[in-house]
Amino acid sequence: MLKKQLRVMVLLSFLLLSFGLTIQAATPKDVLVVAQIAEPKSMDPATVTAVNDFRILMNVYDGLVRYRSGTLEVEPGLAESWAISDDGKVYTFSLRQGIKFHDGNPFNAEAVKFNFDRMLVKDHPYAETGPFPLSFFFSAIKETTVVDEYTVRFRMDDPYAPLLSNLAYPTGLIISPEAVKKHGKDVGRNPAGTGPYQFREWKSNQHVILDQNGSYWDGQAGLKSVVFRPITDANTRVAEMLSGGIDMMVEVPPDNVATFSSNNSYALHEQAGPHLWFLILNLKEGPLQDKRVRQALNYAINKQALVENVLQNTATVASGPTPAAFSWAYNDALQPYPYDPAKARELVKAAGAEGATLTFYVTEGGSGMLDPVPMGTAIQADLKAIGLNVKIETYEWNTFLGKVNPGLEGKADMAEMAWMTNDPDTLPFLALRTSAWPDQGGFNSGYYSNSQVDELLEQARVSTSQTVRAALYKEMQRIVHDDAPWVFVANWKQNAVTGSNVQNFRLEPSFLLLLHKVSKN
Amino acid sequence: MLRYTIHRLLLTIPVLVGISVVVFLIMALIPGDPATAILGAFATPENTTKLRAELGLDRPLIEQYFTWASNLLSGNFGRSYALNRPVLDELLERLGPTLLLAGSAMCVCVLLGLISGLLAAVKQYTWVDQGLTLFTLIGISAPAFWLGLMAVSLFTVQLGWLPASGMYTPYGDESLGDLLVHLVMPAITLGLVASSVIARLTRTSMLEQLRQDYVRTARAKGERETAVVIKHAFRNALVGLIPVLGLQAGFVLGGAVYIETVFQWPGIGRMLVNAISTRDILLVQGGVMMVATIYVLFNLLADLIQHALDPRIQQSHG
Repeated sequence: MLKKQLRVMVLLSFLLLSFGLTIQAATPKDVLVVAQIAEPKSMDPATVTAVNDFRILMNVYDGLVRYRSGTLEVEPGLAESWAISDDGKVYTFSLRQGIKFHDGNPFNAEAVKFNFDRMLVKDHPYAETGPFPLSFFFSAIKETTVVDEYTVRFRMDDPYAPLLSNLAYPTGLIISPEAVKKHGKDVGRNPAGTGPYQFREWKSNQHVILDQNGSYWDGQAGLKSVVFRPITDANTRVAEMLSGGIDMMVEVPPDNVATFSSNNSYALHEQAGPHLWFLILNLKEGPLQDKRVRQALNYAINKQALVENVLQNTATVASGPTPAAFSWAYNDALQPYPYDPAKARELVKAAGAEGATLTFYVTEGGSGMLDPVPMGTAIQADLKAIGLNVKIETYEWNTFLGKVNPGLEGKADMAEMAWMTNDPDTLPFLALRTSAWPDQGGFNSGYYSNSQVDELLEQARVSTSQTVRAALYKEMQRIVHDDAPWVFVANWKQNAVTGSNVQNFRLEPSFLLLLHKVSKN
Repeated sequence: MLRYTIHRLLLTIPVLVGISVVVFLIMALIPGDPATAILGAFATPENTTKLRAELGLDRPLIEQYFTWASNLLSGNFGRSYALNRPVLDELLERLGPTLLLAGSAMCVCVLLGLISGLLAAVKQYTWVDQGLTLFTLIGISAPAFWLGLMAVSLFTVQLGWLPASGMYTPYGDESLGDLLVHLVMPAITLGLVASSVIARLTRTSMLEQLRQDYVRTARAKGERETAVVIKHAFRNALVGLIPVLGLQAGFVLGGAVYIETVFQWPGIGRMLVNAISTRDILLVQGGVMMVATIYVLFNLLADLIQHALDPRIQQSHG
């Protein structure tokens, strides 16, 4: 009797498996299935901070301005044109007419005012749909005025050049005010924008589905639907890509890049992004107070090997504090510190720091941190080779931030860090200025202070001429490169893999995923 | 029996209260907080303090605990910081898939474990026994995570028989067939790993029973071997195994986290891991309380069944 039961079970399992033999190995035509690295947090652009969320939002919403394809320069979006006052304090935008949100309500100046007041005005009736962690991108705006139905004005107390770039950033995307009023705190699950795709459904931890917006102002999208699937395990993402379950995946792990680049059924896309991976150095105490030791670190670490062997060429060596992706502001006369252990040893000797012990904070993960543990270990080995003893302390990401952001004093000599920004102003302003020390609310956890740099950054912030700003940033880079308050290690090359039937896709330097023109054949 | 049931039910209350205190304290004491997690790279001390106040995290711990606990009793689980939706909504959406996965895995675990344990005992020292022993040893040693990835590698990438991840095909019709096809690998992987312990224990328990006098008597009376094995020996062996099955349910619920990660199963295990790393305090606490309650009740059920089955235990409790 037992044997019979067993036979029945075996038969049942074969039946179940045969169900499997009939599943499709390919995704449907005109539907793009994109694998994300995590579940989205919300579809309300003012409340999210992660690139993972931005990737969906950029296809559902538009901003007043947007980045020109392939660049980090700004072009008209929902605003047709704009005028900046001579003193740089007033920006007046002329909006496109006849555009409707996905919920049928009109896009106009009132809608824009609602969006910014919600984030910036303390007692706004819908401020409780927050919090708005990145609202400080627009904190320079003191007043938003509706001049007429299609003209809106921002007034600031001081000029703020990064405003345009910040408006192109996802935090500046425009959501339908009526949707916010109707759904309140739940608008993050019931979005309505003006973008090429509109929201259909969100099944928690399974998928987000967007449908084509037939009346998109900039031309109909190339796909009928887009499905975003959160697949957190990298191996599972790769398996899905290899078996045809998804059409596109981003953030391909370095070890799997070769699998796809050599296979004709897939296209590998790469794009340098505005990202920097670096080591914050403690300039307040310890051996790194001496510039020679800091420069020695930059000479001693074999960045080329790190980028080639640990990161499998998914990054390029960084030369200074500004990534090359900001092409208009990047000082291309600057070279990365070459790998020169002999010179490093000389500098260490001259500074009398031979045999010094350095405490090094390493993290286990984190957005944009690439492969922090192997990189940390490789750095430790490189520094040992020039006679410096590095003691590593590893922390989980949130714990790590809790230790590093308040400042390294009394804790560590060096710490890993990475930033991804949208304007060459952001990172230096938040992390290199004297008034950006942690006790003043900034991220200058290494206590770097150079009054020349401070001045250059202030000037670049208020100038509205790109040429003038570019010159100021280039000079800042030259000084910072020489002062070496950081070890400049790498700029991430974001990557993505698509099935060969996906057309018109390119990665943007902003790291944002734009699917408007993408199609499948 | 009724008195026993009520008595046990009442005992679950201090257990659950204890769990609530422990999970609250753990979340309060680990470094980092939701504000830092939400702000990420933009977490300056200034921004963080502002956000913490907005989220109500600057009030004294005892106050926070009692607010949370009393809300919980009235069904208000609070709002998730990271996901910006009511915790209860998220929990209810994620609970179903986990129960389905854990339930299916338990079925696999029980069937596979009991049957292979039974066979190994009955065919002791034959190649059937050796083979099954080897099989269970692998099951106990192999990590569920690795087994899952191997299964995907074989059945999805190589053979193309089964989908790699998810609960349904996103653009499909969400039929039962679609669900079953997605459920097969995760349930069997998890069930397989959990079954090994059951198999070993069943084998041992059966061997013990088969040596008892009553078995010899039954055989002498001329009863068919199958009846002796199943009606008598197996039934007695089962009674002792029920508490272990209860514990394995806990293992399965825990193992569901790894399996849910590998197979992107939209369950509560993964939700909890995510919530912990984003310091989504209310979601973690609500989730742990829900899972703990299920586990406690399930073990209570196992105890009650055992109590009902075994007259000897019944007599000592009255």
